[in-house]
Amino acid sequence: MSSDTHHSGIAGLGGEVLEHTEVKVSHCYQCGKCSAGCPLSEEMDYPPSVIMRMLQTGNPVLEDKVLRSFSIWVCLTCEMCFARCPMSIDIPKMMDFLREKSINEKKANPKAKEIVAFHKSFLDSIKFTGRLYEIGLFVDYKTRTLKILEDLALAPKMMKRGKLNIIPELIKDRSGIAAIFRKSNKKNKN
Amino acid sequence: MTLGFYPGCSLKGSSREYSESVLAVSKAFDINLEEIKDWNCCGATAAHNMNKELSLALPARILSLAEKQGLTEIVVPCAACYSRLTVTKHELSKDATLKAAVTEANGLEYTGSVSVLNIVQFLDKYITPNLENRVVKPFDHKVACYYGCLLVRPHEILKFDREEDPQSLDVLMLKAGATPIDWAFKTECCGAGLSVSRTSSVGRLSGKIIGDAKDRGAVAVIVACPMCHSNLDMRRDAINSYLGEKIDIPVLYITQAIGLALGLDRKALGLQRHFVKVTV
Repeated sequence: MSSDTHHSGIAGLGGEVLEHTEVKVSHCYQCGKCSAGCPLSEEMDYPPSVIMRMLQTGNPVLEDKVLRSFSIWVCLTCEMCFARCPMSIDIPKMMDFLREKSINEKKANPKAKEIVAFHKSFLDSIKFTGRLYEIGLFVDYKTRTLKILEDLALAPKMMKRGKLNIIPELIKDRSGIAAIFRKSNKKNKN
Repeated sequence: MTLGFYPGCSLKGSSREYSESVLAVSKAFDINLEEIKDWNCCGATAAHNMNKELSLALPARILSLAEKQGLTEIVVPCAACYSRLTVTKHELSKDATLKAAVTEANGLEYTGSVSVLNIVQFLDKYITPNLENRVVKPFDHKVACYYGCLLVRPHEILKFDREEDPQSLDVLMLKAGATPIDWAFKTECCGAGLSVSRTSSVGRLSGKIIGDAKDRGAVAVIVACPMCHSNLDMRRDAINSYLGEKIDIPVLYITQAIGLALGLDRKALGLQRHFVKVTV
């Protein structure tokens, strides 16, 4: 775990959050409104206000727990916490940073396997075609998670209603899209 | 009149009835929506969860293409795409280094000159002024207008409506002849991108929304986002199993409800594509 002092002058993960997102974890005074309004807090291992507190301590052990938490993955970025925070702390923006770091450091919580797999399948789909190909996403996700039977009944029902394209929508400039993925993945190991 | 149009992936696939109804209503008011040529996916939840630069580069490419095409205003019916495009404009306007990195990755010029309109902003600007005298079949029902998350939050960036108890959809539905109800779940999350990877969470979150709408006497839920629609409509089995009862309140896109009030053909509005039968 890093205890480096960053440009922000604050040590540890809270400092990195500040440097990359301008979010100041030190501004949280633990009112708990984020956790009260969070629709997912009951499914989290640490509700948002506890994540804030863990980061405030600057304790590397707690910081590591944050990066390995299930909370950061089950967070939907619904933005309710930010809307209700009396200190206007942009928690969702911080969550995006924590997720990216958690993936890059291979610390993603095992319980979040399906959630991460879905994101990866989604990005793979648009990397090759430029637009989301729903059947491709479905198959890729099932391959990654081996959840073969789940939602199997949904596909024919969607098909019947004209909600699934058999053939993917391919954009012309696919090499341009590939270049965007390549260049933005330089700093990123996923 | 011609405006730019960014349908996004859902509107070309699982939510094509949203696109059909947006185009049908526009056509009724002689508005031509011109698609951005060779547009790409905005990256949605996956990109901003996994890779910040990618999550800005993908929407920036869309905005650059719109600029190149000479479009000054684009209509973005999907609330999630609207959020990603608007957040990208905001982020790139305040960070020159980021803007340079994104422009380099995309190989396209980006000035940030294109205005992004969500569905309500589009309707309010171009349809609402003439809506009331065009209503031939008032949508005379009690409706629950459901805004979800990304249409109204974060307010600091979107600066649209109110983040608690928004009103814009309610006002529109009032003009279409409906009676919007007061209810508690207008802006609570439906479960969004967890639809596939954690369907049980979606059943619980969307269940509370449908349950409250029903308890307060709504006969239809009105939405403005394909993710909200697919969770509330396509995931109705998960919702009903969470609630322990069978609720058959249909979920309509705002443009479908307005289309019905205008007397447009039900099939042209894509109503037959829903999982929960539209009986209103």
